[in-house]
Amino acid sequence: MKLKGNGLKWLGLFLCGSLLALSGCAASSAVDEAKEKKKESSTSETSDTVKVGILHSLSGTMAISEVSLRDAELMAIEEINESGGLLGKKIEPVIEDGASDWPTFAEKAKKLLQKDKVVTIFGGWTSASRKAMLPVVEQNNGLLWYPVQYEGMESSPNIFYTGATTNQQIVPAVSWLLQNKGKKFFLLGSDYVFPRTANKIIRAQLKAEGGQLVGEEYTPLGHTDYSTIISKIKDVKPDVVFNTLNGDSNVAFFKQLKDAGITPKDLTVMSVSIAEEEIRGIGGDVLAGHLAVWNYFQSTDTPENKVFVEKYKKKYGKDRVTSDPIEAAYFAVHLWAEAVKKAGSFDVDKVKKAADGIEYKAPGGTVKIDGETQHTWKIVRIGEIQPDGQFKELWNSGEAVKPDPYLKSYPWAKDLMN
Amino acid sequence: MSVFVTQLFNGLSLGSIMLFIAIGLAITFGLMGVINMAHGELIMVGAYATYVVQQFFAQYAPQSMDYYYVIAIPVSFFVSALLGLGLEKSLIRHLYHRPLDSLLATWGVSLILQQMARTIFGAPNVAVLPPKWLDGGVHVAGMVFPYKRLFILAFVAVSIFVLYMYLNKTAAGRRIRAVTLNRDMAACLGISTQKVDAYAFAIGSGFAGLAGCALTLLGPIGPTIGTYYIVDAFMVVILGGVGKVIGTVLGAFGIGLIGTLTEYSTSATMAKVITFALIIVFLQWKPSGLVSMKTRSLD
Amino acid sequence: MIKKNWMYWMFFLALFLAPFYLTEFRLSLLGKFLCFAMIAIGISLIWGYTGILSLGHGVYFGLGAYCMAMYLKLEASGGRLPDFMEWSGVNNLPWFWKLFEHPIISISSAIIVPVLLAMFLSYFTFRNRIKGVYFSLLSQAIVVVFVTLFIGKQEWTGGTNGLTNFSTVFGFSLSSPLTQIVLYLLTVVLLLSMFLFSRWLTRSRFGRVLVAIRDSENRVRFLGFNPTTYKVFVYSLSAAFAGIAGAMFVLQVGLISPAMMGIIPSIEMVLWVAVGGRSSLIGAIIGAIVTNGAKSFFSENYPDIWLLFLGGLFIAVVLFLPNGLAGVYQSVKQRKKQGEVRANEASSHVLQRVSRF
Repeated sequence: MKLKGNGLKWLGLFLCGSLLALSGCAASSAVDEAKEKKKESSTSETSDTVKVGILHSLSGTMAISEVSLRDAELMAIEEINESGGLLGKKIEPVIEDGASDWPTFAEKAKKLLQKDKVVTIFGGWTSASRKAMLPVVEQNNGLLWYPVQYEGMESSPNIFYTGATTNQQIVPAVSWLLQNKGKKFFLLGSDYVFPRTANKIIRAQLKAEGGQLVGEEYTPLGHTDYSTIISKIKDVKPDVVFNTLNGDSNVAFFKQLKDAGITPKDLTVMSVSIAEEEIRGIGGDVLAGHLAVWNYFQSTDTPENKVFVEKYKKKYGKDRVTSDPIEAAYFAVHLWAEAVKKAGSFDVDKVKKAADGIEYKAPGGTVKIDGETQHTWKIVRIGEIQPDGQFKELWNSGEAVKPDPYLKSYPWAKDLMN
Repeated sequence: MSVFVTQLFNGLSLGSIMLFIAIGLAITFGLMGVINMAHGELIMVGAYATYVVQQFFAQYAPQSMDYYYVIAIPVSFFVSALLGLGLEKSLIRHLYHRPLDSLLATWGVSLILQQMARTIFGAPNVAVLPPKWLDGGVHVAGMVFPYKRLFILAFVAVSIFVLYMYLNKTAAGRRIRAVTLNRDMAACLGISTQKVDAYAFAIGSGFAGLAGCALTLLGPIGPTIGTYYIVDAFMVVILGGVGKVIGTVLGAFGIGLIGTLTEYSTSATMAKVITFALIIVFLQWKPSGLVSMKTRSLD
Repeated sequence: MIKKNWMYWMFFLALFLAPFYLTEFRLSLLGKFLCFAMIAIGISLIWGYTGILSLGHGVYFGLGAYCMAMYLKLEASGGRLPDFMEWSGVNNLPWFWKLFEHPIISISSAIIVPVLLAMFLSYFTFRNRIKGVYFSLLSQAIVVVFVTLFIGKQEWTGGTNGLTNFSTVFGFSLSSPLTQIVLYLLTVVLLLSMFLFSRWLTRSRFGRVLVAIRDSENRVRFLGFNPTTYKVFVYSLSAAFAGIAGAMFVLQVGLISPAMMGIIPSIEMVLWVAVGGRSSLIGAIIGAIVTNGAKSFFSENYPDIWLLFLGGLFIAVVLFLPNGLAGVYQSVKQRKKQGEVRANEASSHVLQRVSRF
């Protein structure tokens, strides 16, 4: 009997021990943890390296888009390291996977800031992932660079937004369409935050600028049958469809639109989330003639862009393409580096202070940080999709547009925020 | 009037797609009782098979590019069928008496297939360009009926007809039905039930491949497309009733018509909610679906 | 029996003492896993003991979480409209949001709302004798309905972004380590009470009826029991557990969105229980912790392999370990016991608890 009791005890101990080991040290060994504790008082700066976090979805549904952002950021980091590093230190990227799951983004952001003690994070794509990271970076006084166009109405003191806000993408596109394509608008979007907010802004703008709204439809994420929506579009005969669909839905919508006998000549579709990468998954033939609005195209003609595209392709493969978010992720790293140089320190508060007015010659033209909103000044571009999957630029804003996430400078937008 | 006709056509078209994604399940789930959560991934495999055939033609026979689709149809059927056969032999076979467990195990299979597709073809969608002879549509009184949708309607009608003939008029089909109705009795009469299980599952999987091939005409082709269709497919089969292919046909067109008609009068989101809610309510009323096999057994 | 208890106590003691030996980051992870363990207990009750496989527990988890999150959001907005409502064009707080200004209502509804929904659905479903895989597939349809609605009604729910960016709970800052430790300890207490309650329940006459329903529902019916009542009760109980788990999850993670109540998370919940051992309560808890620990570990180190691993885990557990980790432990123990029986024939009154199915 005694033996039995002992055996049980050992088994129990083993079970408890292995459990705690698993739950406690999911990632690192106990030794690691002890080391961390010692280091906790200092930051991650050792004498010759400094850590930055890269947090994108490398698995799951969003991996489609986000993997390229990681690649662009790594390329920028490599460039800085090759030219001698930053304040005499090499940058060491710590890469984490957000797994297309929003709590994971929060969890990993926390890990990067608390455990790895990174001086800044580059990451995110969806608004939901940014919203998940926002409280974490604010509470830990971290820094996050978010590189994708989004719906605005936000300016966290701990986030820098290098993608376009609404007045750098949607608002100018609507004005341009009203002048060049017609007054009757049909709004089509996936049922989530960005399209709904964007369409609310468009509604107000159409009212103010003499446009007419003839229809507004949302489809669930992952929707693949657009026959009914296309019937509705045919019924109301709009001049323009303003398309904020996302991901796979675009493939289904454009294929079925073409089948229904609607060509870009009959009806202009303006999209805000179809870039070079997405075109490849739909087919240039299907999309040719439709429009998109961005701040950067792979075909944008600047000397910086030539170098950038060439380098990117050389590093990651001939068949890879660059796009607006990729460019924004790339120059975000450089903007941060410039701010660090100006501040002479990696300290978050000092970098934030120094960032105001920092300029960088990005592939898409010179960009500048607006200190008040922590967004970037960017040039707006409208392009027509070509059968080869590239854009032909039809219009650009000439000079960089000042970011205005709350649309304060537009009188018609006053009622938007109640 | 034209709105009504167009919507009726859209409903039939959506129904035909629903039917396509559900035929395979009507065999594997309806006849054999296996909950195959990897069914969506078998559809995906069929779609990728079509893509591979297209790439092959683009590489080696660009002059006959127009006809790649004709080759892609049998290829997608056999690739999925082979995969299904392998799946049955290695996994499903051990789980016939544990339906809930087969659900979990095949979910695992679906994750693995998704990840493999991502590794082989990359995470982004790939583009399949439909053959030129399916471009355009029939114009009648201001309405357009796209050739692709007509083609899918015809395609699914032929598939159902072939399946029906196979199950009812051939010896092999009769064996499948015999095993479905009474496994022990069939085994006593000298039918190798193991063999029947294996090829019935392979045929069901093959139909999933065909569905994938057909869907390339209308939708995206990516590693996760299976997840868009799997729940719908199961809803069609349990709404239609288990064990009779005709029930699946009724279920598919029922869902298609209700879906498009509610979508036209409300929104796509509400249409989805209403359709699913109606299915749930309907099954409360008739738990065995639209068409059910009469049985006196209690379980 | 006492020795077995001793092990449980050690396990929970280790959990209680975790704040002393884990870093803040690891503790918050463990807290999250313990919330998942609560759901796992509920699923073990309905699946392992009663034979109902629900692929829709994400909904109950989500409802509990949203009930708590609405209160936190209102507290964070400090009397103003929550931010997402402002830009969705809502001018006044909807009436059902107003209710959640009161913490008592909010906390109790985190339990009541999931339970009411579960009772409503399960009453009709079980009364109409929908069972087995049909129930599983129907529960999946319910997930689709709820997720689509929560995403679609953005002005009320925050859409895909969900509810996030909370600051305080009852005036205590959510970001302070002390609050987090208190919340963690509360989670352990709740988990322990759920565990003890479920253990008592499964060992009572009630529990035996549940197992009987699992093994042969019709026989139970012929014996004069009404299986519907039992099933509705246990199903609603598991929904209550999931609701509480959701509330605690929001408090510790500070985020809830429709993606977390979707089909994939709902199926993963079942996997935790399958890994741990479906008919063992402690197994379910351990399964939830181990699976999620492995997920954190693999996705941190080998993001590409994670899905392959997860898929393989599903298959391996179903094929080779139908009773999960608890089954492994029990068979090891059994072998030991059998050895002893052979050695010492005098002690022949060895209880053998074999969990089948």
